[in-house]
Amino acid sequence: MASLVGSRVERKEDKRFLTGKGRYTSDINIANQTYAVFIRSPHARAKIKKIDTSKALKASGVVDILTGEHIAKDKIGGLIAGWAIRSEDGSEMKCPPNPPLAKDNANFVGDPVAVVFAETLDEAKTAAELVKVDYKVLKAVSNLADTMNSEAIHEGIDKNLCYDWLLGDRQKVKEAFDKADKIIKLDIINNRLIPNAMEPRACVVDYNTASEEITCYTTSQNPHLSRLIMSAFGGVAPENKLRVVAPDVGGGFGSKINLYNEEIVCSWASKKIERPIKWVAERTESFLTDTHGRDHITHAELAVTNDGKFLGFKNETIANLGAYARVFGTVTPTYLFGPCATGVYVMPAAYSNVKAVYTNTAPVDAYRGAGRPEATYTIERIVDKAATELGMDPIEIRMKNFPTEFPFKQTLVHQVDSGDYAAGLNKAKEMADYDGFAARKKASESKGKLRGIGVTTYFEACGIAPSPVVMMLGCGVGLWESAEVRFNPTGQVTVYTGSHSHGQSHQTTFAQITADELGVPIENIDIVHGDTDKGTFGMGTYGSRSLTVGGIAIVNACKKIITKGKKIAAKMLEASEEDVEFKNGEFVVAKSNKKKTIGEVAFASYLPGVRDEVKSPLPEGEEPGLVESSFFDPANFSFPAGSHICEVEIDPETGDVKLDKYTAVDDFGTIVNPLIVEGQVHGGLAQGIGQALHENAQYDESGQLITASYMDYTMPRADNFPEFNIGFTCTKATTNPLGVKGCGEAGTIAATPTVMNAVINALGGEEISLPATAEKVWKACKSAKKTDAKAA
Amino acid sequence: MKTFNYHSAKDVKEASKLASSSSAFLAGGMTTIPSMKLGLATYKNIIDIKGIKKLSGIKVSGKAVTIGATTKHAEVANSKEIKKAIPSLAALAEGIGDPQVRNRGTIGGSIANNDPAADYPSACIALNAVIHTNSRKIDAEKFFKGMFETVLKSGEIIEAIEFQVPQKSNYQKFPNPASRYAIVGVYVAKHKNGINVAVTGAKSCVYNDKDLAKTLSSNFSAASINNVRVSSSGMNSDIHASAEYRANMVKVFAKKAVEAC
Repeated sequence: MASLVGSRVERKEDKRFLTGKGRYTSDINIANQTYAVFIRSPHARAKIKKIDTSKALKASGVVDILTGEHIAKDKIGGLIAGWAIRSEDGSEMKCPPNPPLAKDNANFVGDPVAVVFAETLDEAKTAAELVKVDYKVLKAVSNLADTMNSEAIHEGIDKNLCYDWLLGDRQKVKEAFDKADKIIKLDIINNRLIPNAMEPRACVVDYNTASEEITCYTTSQNPHLSRLIMSAFGGVAPENKLRVVAPDVGGGFGSKINLYNEEIVCSWASKKIERPIKWVAERTESFLTDTHGRDHITHAELAVTNDGKFLGFKNETIANLGAYARVFGTVTPTYLFGPCATGVYVMPAAYSNVKAVYTNTAPVDAYRGAGRPEATYTIERIVDKAATELGMDPIEIRMKNFPTEFPFKQTLVHQVDSGDYAAGLNKAKEMADYDGFAARKKASESKGKLRGIGVTTYFEACGIAPSPVVMMLGCGVGLWESAEVRFNPTGQVTVYTGSHSHGQSHQTTFAQITADELGVPIENIDIVHGDTDKGTFGMGTYGSRSLTVGGIAIVNACKKIITKGKKIAAKMLEASEEDVEFKNGEFVVAKSNKKKTIGEVAFASYLPGVRDEVKSPLPEGEEPGLVESSFFDPANFSFPAGSHICEVEIDPETGDVKLDKYTAVDDFGTIVNPLIVEGQVHGGLAQGIGQALHENAQYDESGQLITASYMDYTMPRADNFPEFNIGFTCTKATTNPLGVKGCGEAGTIAATPTVMNAVINALGGEEISLPATAEKVWKACKSAKKTDAKAA
Repeated sequence: MKTFNYHSAKDVKEASKLASSSSAFLAGGMTTIPSMKLGLATYKNIIDIKGIKKLSGIKVSGKAVTIGATTKHAEVANSKEIKKAIPSLAALAEGIGDPQVRNRGTIGGSIANNDPAADYPSACIALNAVIHTNSRKIDAEKFFKGMFETVLKSGEIIEAIEFQVPQKSNYQKFPNPASRYAIVGVYVAKHKNGINVAVTGAKSCVYNDKDLAKTLSSNFSAASINNVRVSSSGMNSDIHASAEYRANMVKVFAKKAVEAC
């Protein structure tokens, strides 16, 4: 049987998704269900003086109305930050309580303060309008730059500062800077983004009054983790009385990592009102309350020699946490950001200092790439600026500073096991026809257009694990992953994984690796995920970890199956175990033609006895059955890397930026399914380019989100993109048996600086902030023209 | 969305009679329905006029193109007669929204709504349209009153829009990157009896830029526009485009339209 790893197997998911047969949370209806509508603060910052529900409670169809008072009375816990980060001075980070329904203070527009349950959705909405909330509106803190000088939002959190974190050595950096020929300085704003998963968040909760079990169907990237938090921190129910199911989920991008207010409230309330509850977010609620991404202000400095060698790097960042610290909120701007800020370069000295602050805006958490896009943007922009100031080619300066040997001890944290950065950049340079740029620029200029080229070389640390490391860095849980592989007596295989697919195509990728391990046809393999009642436990899907952690757990469970299968086969074949080899789905006795298929062995394992034709005595001491499980905790992160090159053409009259060419060359180690990986790259690029040219979440001074609909929040569309030119190089990961590295976030990480470097190149080095919208570019063109005129 | 009474009117007379201050006519519903869903508008009565045959259809004579009020954008975009008589009008319809919108949205609905960033109002001004209602004929110049406001009275229903076939014309727009409505749209039309430069998106209501029209009357060329100063006073300013930027775009897109004429 030919190996499936590496082949373009069509997705097993396609039939159901492309024919509208997916089963999402909002497709689930339970007899006798009530409908929940949340009453949310219209103010960014306000004291809740009084909530009067008397009129609403009498409205038609209302079952109950609950507020923060009820939550407090029932001692239901709130939402939590999953990582404890310490400040440079050793003090612990400061996190405010985040009750599922705000009781005393509302801290952002959309913060839920009460919930109505009614027989129909219309009745719930009508009643919600009758709930009178008496607010005392306070001055909102919405401007990130001024946050630390503003009034404290949360009691006891001075300057609105969660932590003031340092990674690296200030003294060493100072010494490096003292030796430098030139210091390159850069101020950037990493714009806030709204993840905008296609499927809005939703939950359907069913409480069984007899078994006292709560089942919560929800839009989650990690149902097991949601259950753990809801049970251990929320106190909603013990884990054995709480089942969390995340069925088909239409995109997450990080925004569905968190357990949210609505899931806790509906789970708790379902038990209280003894009725099933359904809640589905409206699109406006998604804009207002899904966790947002990015939102940094950074000052960076790079110390260089005149011939372009890097000596040292400083990164001073203010990161917006929004109103509360959520699961990955505190780690995203620290350990997921700081270490990667020196990029793919040998950097003798560096530090990252991050001040994370609270504002009266939606909580900010992981969004595709989480910290690494911000880091890569910073270093790749400043490296380009250094090239411009030193009069060097952007490829030349990068080549000059690449590590030449692997493992590569990256400056701040990571020991990068494998890579070949020059090979990737050379390939990208060729695929992008870098040398033909000058001619294309001339052609553009003859049409009155400007043309720019942008380069980015990146690495990232993903496949988020290993537990000992992440726990040392502050993570509240271990980040292993589990798998169980079950043979049915008749030979099909069911694989239970703790990771979760919400667009990643695990059903196909995981089946491919299982097929290769067990020699079973792919159509006989089913992947089961997303249900805490099915499978052992899982830490979920984020940080490009599903294959590198979850997939390897499957491989290891398969290896255990083969080990046991060998013992059974040996007994069946009357051979010694050492003489039995497993190959292509068959157990073969060496130097003989005696063999048993894995299906025969599986069948025998379930029929341990002798009767007529069935002769399957189990080896002594072996249990019946062929089921194995594994927990995998890798020795390190995985470190994909790559080089992206793009070209833009700008119309100086309108400032419109046309993305003309985009080349991405990535090293993801072994690629299991190129079709799926290319899809991941495409999606990642779309989001990274979106940040560079289109997307920008904006709050006004009073803390109102002014981009709370698709009329104002620019989602990139298909016609914004050229045909992507995609290629790969391969250095295998050494920390897992497949040699795989994560691929889900790469496009998002690399695309933003690539596009901005091209835009700024087209503008002749004129700095411009994210995103490069038409008006901004038009203004930059005008000012560039003025400068040119002066110079002339 | 609040509950409402739904009426499917069999003719214009019935539709008009059902109208009140708390009702809305429904044709494509491309603005009405989202507004109701978002709670921005509530109506006691929705009067559906889609079923009234007389209100739909395209008629082209030598000098005029007459389009029934409930004719969909896609029908205008794909009409061979319109493509021949006024190609810029078919192209404008082809550029509205997306395929879903073009297959539901209607010309009458667009004009009655008078969104400051809608495309069709500029066509009405540029092509000296006459708006036929169930009670009168109104010149386009007088029809559009202000932001989301027209001279239509309660119970008055647009039946058709009659466009004058120009000698040459073209419409160019700079779409809002998010909504794809016009940040600025400029419709230039050269008629035997004069030139119109209708601008949408730039101000609170569509308008005819007389300065640009005058310049083009003496010299119909893109180059002549370079010397016109378009003031940003009274122009819209929002997160996507400042007034200053819009003023520049009016000029740029007027030039593009003239070049494409």
